[in-house]
Amino acid sequence: MAEMWINMGPQHPMTHGLWNLRVKVDGETIVDAVPEVGYLHRGIEKLCEGKTYTQVIPITDRLCYGSSMTWSHLYCTTVEDLMDLEVPERARYIRVVAIEMQRIASHLMWLAAYAGDLGMSVGFTYTMRDREVFVDLLQALTGARLTYNYPRIGGVAHDLPPNFERDTMRALKYMEMRLQEYEDLFEGSKIFMMRNVGIGILRSDDAVNLGITGPSLRASGVSYDLRKDRPYEAYEDMDFKVATHKDGDCYARYRVRMDEMWESCKIIRQAIQKMPSGKWRVVAPRNGPVGTGFGRVEDPRGEGTMYVVGDGSDKPYRLKIRSPIFVTVSAAPTILVGYKVADVVAIMGGLDMCIGENDR
Amino acid sequence: MNLYEFCYGILHWLVDLVNNLWYWLGDTLPWYFGDFFTAVGDFAASSGHLQFMTLLLESLVIIIVALINVLNFLWIFRKLSGRILDFYGPYYVGYRIGGWLQNLADGMKLFIKEIIVPAKADKTGFVLAPVIFVGSSLLILATIPLSENFGLSTSRDGGGVPAPALFALAMFAIAPFTILLAGWSSNNKYTLIGGMRSAAQMMSYEIPLILCVASVFLLAGSFDFVDIVAAQHDIWFAIPLFIGFIVFLVCLIAEVEIIPFDLPEAEAELVEGWTTEYGGMRFGLFYMTTAVRSYAGGALATALFLGGWQGPAIIPDEIWFLIKAYIVYVVFMWLTWSVPRVRIDQMLKLGWRRLLPLAMLNLLIAAALKTMGWF
Repeated sequence: MAEMWINMGPQHPMTHGLWNLRVKVDGETIVDAVPEVGYLHRGIEKLCEGKTYTQVIPITDRLCYGSSMTWSHLYCTTVEDLMDLEVPERARYIRVVAIEMQRIASHLMWLAAYAGDLGMSVGFTYTMRDREVFVDLLQALTGARLTYNYPRIGGVAHDLPPNFERDTMRALKYMEMRLQEYEDLFEGSKIFMMRNVGIGILRSDDAVNLGITGPSLRASGVSYDLRKDRPYEAYEDMDFKVATHKDGDCYARYRVRMDEMWESCKIIRQAIQKMPSGKWRVVAPRNGPVGTGFGRVEDPRGEGTMYVVGDGSDKPYRLKIRSPIFVTVSAAPTILVGYKVADVVAIMGGLDMCIGENDR
Repeated sequence: MNLYEFCYGILHWLVDLVNNLWYWLGDTLPWYFGDFFTAVGDFAASSGHLQFMTLLLESLVIIIVALINVLNFLWIFRKLSGRILDFYGPYYVGYRIGGWLQNLADGMKLFIKEIIVPAKADKTGFVLAPVIFVGSSLLILATIPLSENFGLSTSRDGGGVPAPALFALAMFAIAPFTILLAGWSSNNKYTLIGGMRSAAQMMSYEIPLILCVASVFLLAGSFDFVDIVAAQHDIWFAIPLFIGFIVFLVCLIAEVEIIPFDLPEAEAELVEGWTTEYGGMRFGLFYMTTAVRSYAGGALATALFLGGWQGPAIIPDEIWFLIKAYIVYVVFMWLTWSVPRVRIDQMLKLGWRRLLPLAMLNLLIAAALKTMGWF
C-alpha cells in the first residue's frame, strides 16, 4: 500500500478532547506524525484579564475537566505569591487533601480512558465506578462534582465537612483494595502486557530535551517531582516516594500512574492525621500590588506553571499559563514513528491528553 | 416426523385445498380456459413443484427460528455486558421480559433512518457488500440442524445440501471478500485499512479453523452434521481433540470479529472500521449479522465438538443444542468484555506461529486415533 495521511481527529474516538493527530502510514506502520491543536481555544488567558482576582478562580477550574482542583489551586498560589499572603496551616493541609484526591480521580479517569482505548471495557467501567468515590468526597468537601471552585486566595472556601475524616479513611481503604484489583486485572492480562511493554519508548534525554514533565517524564527514569523537589503547601511534612520507572514505554507510564495513586493514598492519610486546627482562610485584599507572581505545581499531567502580572488594580494585568500537555503533545512525532497504527491509541492515550488546558 | 415431512404435509394439504378450486374452474369453464386451470392444478400437484416449495418453506422456518435466536443473542449480549461491566443493560422496552424488545426497537429506529451513499463511493460495491454479507451469513444458519429432525441436511431424499458442514464453512469464508468490498468501495481511509485488516485476519485464521474441522471430519467420516453428531454418541470430540477445540474457538472469535480480535472495526483507532460509512438499516444489518455469525459460530462449535443435540432426554434435542450454543456464546461474551484487543501484527503472528502448528498437531492426533481404530 502506498503511504497516506490519516487524520485521527478532530472528531475521532482516539482523541480525548478536540485535537487532530495526522499520521502518515505505510500500510500499518507510522512514518510521520503531526499533532494539530487549537480546536478548543477559548481565550482563557485573555478572559482572565477582565475579571477580578477572585472571579478568575472559576475560570481556571475550566482549564482541565479532569483535574480542575489543581488548576484553581495553582492560580491561587500564584496570586498569593503576587500579594505576599501567608496561607494558614490548616488551609495548606486541606489543599493537600483536595489536590491529592483530585490526582487520584484524574489518574482513575485516565486509566478508564486508557482501558477503553485498548478495548478493555471492564477496565473502563470499573475505574470510572471507583472514581465516583473520590468525586463524592470532593462533592462533600466543595459542593461540586467536576469544577470545584474551592481554593481561595489566602486559603480554601470552607472548612472540612462533618465526618469527612472518617469517610476519607474508608475511601482510602476501599481504594487500596481496588488498586490491588486493578493491578491484577491489567497486569494479569497477557494481551494488556503485549500492547504495552516495549511500545512507545521515550528515552530520558528526549523527554528532557522536549520539556516533558509529570508521569511521562518520571516513566522515562527521571526523578523529577515538584512535590519533592520544590515542596509547596504542606508537602515537605509528608512522607512519600516519587514514583519512577526506567523503561519509558507505555507500561512504564501506566506503572508510574498506578504507583502515584498508591502514594497519593498515603499522602491523604498523613494529611488527615496531621491536620492542624485553626483558621482555614485569611482575607485577601481586593486590589493586588504592582508586580509579578509566579506559581508552579505538580499537576496530575505534569508541571503546571502560572505567571501573573498585577498593575495595582483589582484585576490581573496579564495571566500566562504553561500547560504540561501542550509540551507533551509535541512529543508525538518523536514517540510515534516506527510503531503501528494501533499503537497510536496506546501511546497517545498513555500520555494522558487534556486538551482543555492545552488550548486554554 | 422430521421437518421435511412436516413441511411436505402442510404443502400437500394446502395444494389439495387450492386444487379443488382449480379443478372446479377447469370443469365449469369452457374448454380453452378450463384446460389452463386444469394444467395449473396438475403442475401444483406435481412432485417436483411440491419438493421445491417444501425446501423453500423449510429454509424459511429454519431461518426464522435462527433469527429469533439471534434476537435472544443480542439481548444476552446486552444484559450480560451489563452484568459484567457493572450496569443494568436494557430493561425499559419490554419491561416485563427484561428489556427483550430493545433490539426490535433499535431495529425500528434504524429502519426509519435515511440511507446515505457517500458521493464518491463506488455505488455498486457499496450497495452490494451488505447484501452478500447478510446473505452468506444467513446461509450458514440454513445448513446447521438443531436436531436430527430439524434441519435441511436431514432432507437428503428431498435434495438438501449434500455436504452441509463444508457448505457452512464455505459460507463463513465469503465474509472477508464482502468486507474488503465494503471497505474499498466506501472510499474512506479508515474503511480501507479495516477491510485490509479483515482480509488478512480472516485468511490467516481460516486455515487453522478448517484444519480443526478437518480433524472432526476425519473422525466422523462424514461431512453431514447428523453423522458427525451421531459419531459423538460415546464421547464428545472436544475431549479427544481438546487442542483442536481450543484452536477452533480462538479462530471462531477471530472469524466473528469480537473483541480480542475485532481489529477490522477497532473503534479506538479506525472509528468504526470497515462499517464507518454505512448508516441506517445497512449498519443495522451489519450489526445483526455479527450476532448471526456469533450464533453460527456457537452452533458450529456445538455440532462439531460438543456433541450437538445429544444429552439426557429430559428436555428436547433442539433445546439441548441451543443451550450448548448459548453457553459457547456466553463464553465468547465473557472474554470480549474482559480483555483488550490485540494488535494486527501480534494477531497474525499468533495465527501463523501458534494456531497453525497446533491445528496440524491436532490433525495428527485425529489421524492417529483413526488409525488406531478407536473411532
